[in-house]
Amino acid sequence: MTTPAEAPLEAPVIPYVDPHRRARSKARSRRDALIASVSTVVVFAILGYLVTASPGWPKVQETFFNLDEAVAAWPTLIKAFVLNIKIFLVAEFFILILSLLIALGRGLRAPVALPVRIMCTVYVDFFRGVPTILVILLLGFGVPALQLKGVTNSPVVWGTVALILSYTAYVAEVYRAGIESIHPSQRAAARSLGLSSMQTTRYVVLPQAVRRVIPPLLNDFIALQKETALVSLLGPIEVLRSAQINASANFNYTAYVVAALLFVAITLPLTRLTDWLQRRDTRRRMAGAM
Amino acid sequence: MRRSFLMSAALPAIAALALAGCASEADTTATDTTPSPTTSQDCSPESLQTLTPGTLTVGTDTPAYPPYFEDDDPSNGKGFESAVAYAVADELGFTSDQVTWVTVPFNKSYAPGDKDFDFDINQISITPKRQKAVDFSDGYYTVNQAVVALEDSPIANATSLAELREAKLGAQVGTTSLDFITNDIQPTQQPLVYNDTNDAKSALEAGQIDGIVVDLPTAYYVTAAEFDNAKIVGQFPAQDGGEQFGLLMAKGSPLVTCVNQALTSLKDSGELQSIQDEWLVGEDAPYFTE
Repeated sequence: MTTPAEAPLEAPVIPYVDPHRRARSKARSRRDALIASVSTVVVFAILGYLVTASPGWPKVQETFFNLDEAVAAWPTLIKAFVLNIKIFLVAEFFILILSLLIALGRGLRAPVALPVRIMCTVYVDFFRGVPTILVILLLGFGVPALQLKGVTNSPVVWGTVALILSYTAYVAEVYRAGIESIHPSQRAAARSLGLSSMQTTRYVVLPQAVRRVIPPLLNDFIALQKETALVSLLGPIEVLRSAQINASANFNYTAYVVAALLFVAITLPLTRLTDWLQRRDTRRRMAGAM
Repeated sequence: MRRSFLMSAALPAIAALALAGCASEADTTATDTTPSPTTSQDCSPESLQTLTPGTLTVGTDTPAYPPYFEDDDPSNGKGFESAVAYAVADELGFTSDQVTWVTVPFNKSYAPGDKDFDFDINQISITPKRQKAVDFSDGYYTVNQAVVALEDSPIANATSLAELREAKLGAQVGTTSLDFITNDIQPTQQPLVYNDTNDAKSALEAGQIDGIVVDLPTAYYVTAAEFDNAKIVGQFPAQDGGEQFGLLMAKGSPLVTCVNQALTSLKDSGELQSIQDEWLVGEDAPYFTE
C-alpha cells in the first residue's frame, strides 16, 4: 500500500519518461498480457481436465451440478433468500449503531464512567466468546418458553436479535481498533483548537477511524450474511434450509450450490464497492498529503 | 462419453439383477420361505459382496431415536430398526457378532462415491426421485404421518385436513412429514422446519407452532414418553400404496436381491410383523377426514 510519505517521490517521475522507454514498456505490457492469458487458460484447462476426467466426475456432476435440479429449485430458493436479506439488513442496521456505542463506551476515560466501561467490556468478552448458535437457540427457544405476556415468540425476531447481540460484539471491537489507531496527537491538536472532548470524537477521531476500518467491517458484514442461515435452526425456512429440504427430497446437492451462488452474488458487488471506496479514500488522503 | 459407456455396460447388468430379484422373490413366495434352487444369486455370507467380507456393515444416524433404536445404541438389538437390521442379517446368514454399525448422517447417505455401509437403516422413505441416486430394498414398514399437538393447542381437536390448514405446523427437515405438510395439508402459513424432532418439540412447548407432523411411531413415542400434556390429534390415511421405509444401498449394490429375499422371507414367516408388534405399539389414532 502506498503511504502518504512515498507519494511525493512517485508523483514527479511520470513527466520525464522518454518516448523510447514508453514504447518499450508498452511492448512489455502487451507481452505480459499474452503470458497472463496463456498461463490462465492452461492452468484452468488442466484443472478442468483433471476434475472432469476423474472416474467419479459423472456421478459428482449429476449430484452437485445438475442443471435440471438447479432450474427446478430456483424459484423456491430465491423466495427463501429474501428472508436472509431481510434478516441481514435489519440486523446490520442495529449492529452498526449499537457496536459504535459499545466501542465509544469502552473508550470513555472519565472516572465516573467506569461502570459503563465495565459493562461494555463484559458484554464484548461474553458475546465474542459464546458461539452464535447457542445465543440463537437460547433466545429463540428459551425466551418464548418463558411465556412472558406481550413478548413476541416469533423465531425470526429472536433469531435476528441473537445475531445482533453476537455481531455487535465483533463489530464493536473493529470500531475500537479504528478509534485507537488514531494518533493521540490528533486528539490533542483538536482539543488545543478549543474543541470539546465530544466534538473531538465526533469531528476528528471518528471520521478517520471509520474510514480505516471499512475493510474489516465489510468482512463482518459478509460473515453476517452467511450466518443469517443459522436462524433456520429455529424453524424459519431461509435459503440454506430450503436447499437442504430440496436436497433430502431429491437426494441431490445441487440446490446447495445454487444457494451458495446466491450468497456469492450479493457478496461480490459489496466487495468491489468497498475496494473502490478504499481506493478513492486513499487517493483523497494522498491528495491531502501533497 | 464415459457415462454413456458406463451406462451401456451397467444397464444390462442392473436389468439382469432386477430380473433375478423378481424371479427369486416370486420363487420364494411360491415355495414359502425356502430359497428356491433356481435362484440365480447365491446369498450365503461367503459369496455376498459385502464391504468387509464376512461382515455386514449397517449404517444409521446418531442420535438414534426411539422407538426405532433404544439408548442411542443401534448394536443392542433393541428398537424396531435395530431389530429389523439384525433379523435381516440373520436371514442372510450373519451372526450378530458379524454385524458392525457405522454412523451415517442422513445427508451423507446419498452422497456420491463409495458408501461405508452395506445398507443404511434410518427411517428413509422410498420415493422415485430418491431412487435415481440410490437403491432401496423393498419396504419393511408402511408408515403413516400423524399430527401431535399440546392439549391446549387450537388444533387439539381437529378432525379434518381443512381444520389444519390455518395452523402453524412444524416438521423435521428432510422428512416426508414436511413434504406432507407442503403437498397435502397445504397450510396458509409457511411451515417451520427443524433439524430434529427435539427442536420441533422445543418449539411446540414454546408455543411457536400449533402442532408437529411426524411419523406415527414417533408420534406415539413422544406423546407417551416425552410430553405429559400432548396428544396425537390424528393420523392421515395412507395414500396410493402407502409410504414405505426401505433399506438404503449404493446405486447398483450387489446386495439388493439378497436383502430383498431376506425381507420377503421375514415377511412371510411373520417375523417382521412380530418385531413391529414388539416395538411399534398402537395403531388406533383417529384418522383425519379430507
